[in-house]
Amino acid sequence: MRPATLPEPALTIDTSGRLCPFPIVETARVMKGLADGAVLLVVATDPGIALDMPMWCKATRNDHLATFEEGGRWRSYVRKRPR
Amino acid sequence: MTRKAKAIGLISGGLDSTLALALVKGQGIEVKAVTFYTGFCITETQRRKGGRADGSVPRNEALRAAADLEADVELVDISGPAYLEMLLHPRFGYGANANPCVDCRIFMMRKAKEIMEREGADFVFTGEVLGQRPKSQRRDTLRIIERESGLDGRLLRPLSAKLLKPTLPEAEGLVDRERLLDLSGRGRTPQIALAKEIGLADYPQPAGGCCFLTDESFSKKFFDLLSAREAAGEGRHISHEEVILLTVGRHFRLSPRAKLIVGRGEVENALLEHHAGGRARLEAVGVTGPVALVEGAPTPEERRLAAAIVARYGKAKDRPLAQVEWREGDRAETIEIEPARDEARIEGMRI
Repeated sequence: MRPATLPEPALTIDTSGRLCPFPIVETARVMKGLADGAVLLVVATDPGIALDMPMWCKATRNDHLATFEEGGRWRSYVRKRPR
Repeated sequence: MTRKAKAIGLISGGLDSTLALALVKGQGIEVKAVTFYTGFCITETQRRKGGRADGSVPRNEALRAAADLEADVELVDISGPAYLEMLLHPRFGYGANANPCVDCRIFMMRKAKEIMEREGADFVFTGEVLGQRPKSQRRDTLRIIERESGLDGRLLRPLSAKLLKPTLPEAEGLVDRERLLDLSGRGRTPQIALAKEIGLADYPQPAGGCCFLTDESFSKKFFDLLSAREAAGEGRHISHEEVILLTVGRHFRLSPRAKLIVGRGEVENALLEHHAGGRARLEAVGVTGPVALVEGAPTPEERRLAAAIVARYGKAKDRPLAQVEWREGDRAETIEIEPARDEARIEGMRI
């Protein structure tokens, strides 16, 4: 379920149609170019993103804000943590 | 220890690579975990088919391991043409199925070496255990993998390190050899005990591969495709799309020139529909039945045979005659055919 409040993403990427591990590969690639503290929204059709994104964020020390399904697509919000 | 070392850890998320990661991290060494995507991943295929039979979605175990141990992780796609070329021409041959494990390990270690150099790391480590696999984890093949990858002296196997020649990071004092292990063989008891000791409870059970190339059924279809190409005078090649289709449906070899793939259920029908481009698409008319594809260049007789098999797997199977639509792009024709009833013959064509 969509949380009551979510930050405005600095960037949105759409990984629809791609499966594990590509939504995460693409997330990692674009996160490198984001400023510290910026929020990335990843749109996906792979329901596995609900499992993958929190784990990837924990491993790479980024903040997983929310992942939820809306209108047949998954939306995952991630904040880049300062290095 | 002379200085803080950095290592590249190859992880699959299985128990062994998770333990190797824990052992190296436990020595205060900075680790970048790397997991390779080969295109033959069972998790990906399960997700493509909508999850497991019980409806659950399989997780990426390498991500789970990295998250559990808070290790920076990178997912690296190596599924391109170079990997397929290695798969078609493995210098060290195949294992029991279509698994060219030694060549695959060399391929991965070469990529790991590139990552090691890019990251300024001191060495690469894996979860390999001496003697655990009949081919790829023998003492001689572990050495071959190290030599052929160019990682000479820089490839550490923490779980069996004490049974192997000391590596350069051990000799340089970057890794404490005394805190590494001396495991060997196929048993998992010591690993399970160690996992308990360091508080790891959530790892895949039972141990098993995550690679289709070790799967007997997949392997039959893989070699059938290559043999048929050879028999038809074609070169030895396979595309990524063909790899995907090898994981979907029932496969029937009509001749060296033609193969039929019949969907099993809604999800596979949808997948076959998605890959119908460049292939003939078959479906019984007016009754519920599978979507099927024919690859290659079937003769008129083989077209009728394919239609009869498709009719046999649909609701028209007990009718004297069924109608099957044969569509190629915008062109479609209807074939009226008696559903195939000779089960022995059908099974004989099954790959």
